[in-house]
Amino acid sequence: MNAIETKWIAVGSITDIPREGARCVEAGALRIAIFRTVDDDVYAIEDRCPHKGGPLSQGIVHGGCVTCPLHNMVIALESGEAQGADEGRATVFRTRQRDGLIFVSGADIASAEARQPVSTAA
Amino acid sequence: MKQKLVIIGNGMAPGRMLEHLFEVAPDAYDVTIFNAEPRVNYDRIMLSPVLSGCKTFDDIVIHGDGWYVEHGVMLYKGHRIAAIDRAAKTVTSEHGETVPYDKLVIATGSNPFIIPVPGHDLPGVLSYRDLDDVEAMLLAAQSREKAVVIGGGLLGLEAAAGLKERGMDVTVLHLMPTLMERQLDPSAGHLLRHELESRGIDIVTEARSARILGDAKVTGVELKDGTVIDASLIVMAVGIRPNIALAQDAGLEVDRGIVCSPTMATSDPDIFAVGECVEVDGRVYGLVAPLYEMARVLAGHLSGNPSQRFIHAETPTRLKVTGIDLYSAGDFAEGDDREEIVLRDAAAGIYKRLILKDNRIIGVVLYGETADGSWFYDLMKKGTDISEMRDTLIFGSAYQGGAPLDPTAAVAALPLDAEICGCNGVCKGTIVEAITSKGLTSLDEVRAHTKASASCGTCTGLVEGLMAATLGDAFNPNAVKPICACTDLSHNDVRRLIRAKELKSIPALMQALEWKSSGGCAKCRPALNYYLVCDWPGEYADDYQSRFINERVHANIQKDGTYSVVPRMWGGQTTADELRAIADCVDKFGIPTVKVTGGQRIDMLGIRKEDLPAVWADLGRAGFVSGHAYAKGLRTVKTCVGTDWCRFGTQDSTGFGVRIEKFMWGSWTPAKVKMAVSGCPRNCSEATCKDVGVICVDSGYEIHFAGAAGLDIKGTEVLGHVKTEDEALEHIVALVQMYREQGHYLERIYKWARRIGYDEVRRQIMDDASARKAYFARFVFSQKFAQVDPWSERVSGKDKHEFKPMATIDTLQAAE
Repeated sequence: MNAIETKWIAVGSITDIPREGARCVEAGALRIAIFRTVDDDVYAIEDRCPHKGGPLSQGIVHGGCVTCPLHNMVIALESGEAQGADEGRATVFRTRQRDGLIFVSGADIASAEARQPVSTAA
Repeated sequence: MKQKLVIIGNGMAPGRMLEHLFEVAPDAYDVTIFNAEPRVNYDRIMLSPVLSGCKTFDDIVIHGDGWYVEHGVMLYKGHRIAAIDRAAKTVTSEHGETVPYDKLVIATGSNPFIIPVPGHDLPGVLSYRDLDDVEAMLLAAQSREKAVVIGGGLLGLEAAAGLKERGMDVTVLHLMPTLMERQLDPSAGHLLRHELESRGIDIVTEARSARILGDAKVTGVELKDGTVIDASLIVMAVGIRPNIALAQDAGLEVDRGIVCSPTMATSDPDIFAVGECVEVDGRVYGLVAPLYEMARVLAGHLSGNPSQRFIHAETPTRLKVTGIDLYSAGDFAEGDDREEIVLRDAAAGIYKRLILKDNRIIGVVLYGETADGSWFYDLMKKGTDISEMRDTLIFGSAYQGGAPLDPTAAVAALPLDAEICGCNGVCKGTIVEAITSKGLTSLDEVRAHTKASASCGTCTGLVEGLMAATLGDAFNPNAVKPICACTDLSHNDVRRLIRAKELKSIPALMQALEWKSSGGCAKCRPALNYYLVCDWPGEYADDYQSRFINERVHANIQKDGTYSVVPRMWGGQTTADELRAIADCVDKFGIPTVKVTGGQRIDMLGIRKEDLPAVWADLGRAGFVSGHAYAKGLRTVKTCVGTDWCRFGTQDSTGFGVRIEKFMWGSWTPAKVKMAVSGCPRNCSEATCKDVGVICVDSGYEIHFAGAAGLDIKGTEVLGHVKTEDEALEHIVALVQMYREQGHYLERIYKWARRIGYDEVRRQIMDDASARKAYFARFVFSQKFAQVDPWSERVSGKDKHEFKPMATIDTLQAAE
């Protein structure tokens, strides 16, 4: 990303998400998991494990990581990188919080959306 | 054009030969194996730990089915070769399969020697050779009757110790005056005998068997002096004979074994032999190290490296009986030209003897303390002149060159070419190199990379010592196995401290027990949540974020992120109305797959998460509640139709199954719990492989537990017999509560019971009525908070956030 001013898109309030939990935002064919940590930090990651596409939003959140519910790959919320001996990286989106609202970078969504395979979106 | 390599036999020697061959010449041959045993290659040396219960068959498999597929090997299981046609270069199996070969390897191993006394062919007389023998022994051991082992050598004593471990009364008959006389001198034989006798094994030496008694099956054995010993099982472990029949029929040169040159070729240049069936230079072999050496030599020849030669070497012996340390190597007969050094420590039960000739070690016998075995063996093999260290030699390597060192230092002091693992011929340098270059830190990793201690396992201590010497503080073999990387505490420690310190929340627990990570991990959090749910019913607020997704949304996640839903059908019974409701639900939500489960339930698969609450609402209207098919908790009670319909039924098995399920549903347990009730011993509901099972009989209820039919297969243990249904319920509930309070998270009942001992479970549940009633009362109390249908809760709005996306955004808006 360069320094071009991005548009911030409001996706909901932090209280919509349980602590150490996640909820999803749908953007066309893209599914983005918004995580809330125990310290109320918020991260947005594509809801697809780099291993076998598991829904990361359904995993257990611990520290700054989530464990995929399908085969236990551990993904760092901030970087999307697989931890430990595993390799792989999930797409991450920049987020921002203001007055209890969560915003996700529109530019990041647009560029992820552009990388999607030919869309199956309705 | 690939050559055709056919191997007769699938034991450890040909298996190892193929590993070497595939390493250097993976594409040289099309390989076909004929195995008379109906299974893959497994570690025969480890049958004794399987017999004693320390290991399962799966633990000792060397090559699983996948290995054969991966290397393109055609494996015929259960095919015995009937004939070799050397002229046509084919082999033919008993099933009539004929396969041509370019090169043939005979690896038929050996046959146990059966003493031809009258009665030797009665049912109940076994040898100790393969897994079938072990399984037959385990079956016989269930009777907990008397067993006689004929033969006080290595195998016989391992069999005796294993059978004793399994609860039989064991007598060992040995022809010679002392045990293991080929490997031990009389003093060590005496110590060994004393140890075995103190474990309750009777030993009769200089015992000559006259005949085996019994008509339809064995009842005992009579000795030549007229003594009669009762037994329902007789194991003959008096030695092996190379299995040469096939080679002999084919006209190959045989003597005691199949005569081979040091290149492993038989008298026919296209036919080779490897393993216990082989005779080289007048010697035959039974220990694994020389057999593996043969495998290496043969692989060399088959891959076009003709320089390899098999050379005889002494092999040290160790006994694989838990708690008995014994090591011997070389020649220890007395003689005029020999000297000996002996060390005895009666209090510690230690005996060491070195036999010297011309200032060189030619024999070693160690009992009670065997850590220096490799060091002595190394001195012996190299013919080192020991005159310089003669005074302190017997104290071992740690005492050489000044101050005594600790055991780790003893391993550190070994030269790099000292052999650590005799079975696999791995020397110290290889292991150290693997540890440092590959960054290995656990024993399993070292085994995987070097094979050291991966066969019989007796050098495990040495390998661990070596890891300690190489890695320093980074290696601690005695550490309790912590729950996960977030703590040094074990499951047991954590469960104990939760109660002792009255820890009632995950943050409180992590603080008090000094968790090393801020929020735990996906391994410890679900365990802690379960322990708190179990120990503080009504007080602890279940932390859903610490539950695996299935338990959080009360359905089973599938590979594509959809869910499956299993409604409860009490005891496996259903009705037309219920089936209609399920059918309607399937139609309405377009559920793609409907499947009947092994626990007598109906599974609906492929439901989108968003649809779950609506599906549950429809099912709920028909009277269904959650089937907990996703839970580490009570899953199903499977039943047969019992006295309602069955002409053999002895009790109302269906009614009792429904009653158990209605009593126990909703309870969380360390791992899933599956039960079954059978109405008669025909056992149509397969109760004897369940976590808890009931077999109804005329006189009441036989309660079983600790079965398994998944990763492991294990028949149940009998808990006991009770007369009434009420008593049966109380016993079952108490048993499950005991497991709930003691089990490690994800540990099934059979593993928990094996860990704490079946007898301990019987003592607390069957014999101690007050303990049983206390367990029962605690379960009943806990159920007050647990028996809430999670589906109806969610239909009425609980955890709404779980099932709806937070927002749907317009991607055009994002792109602006």
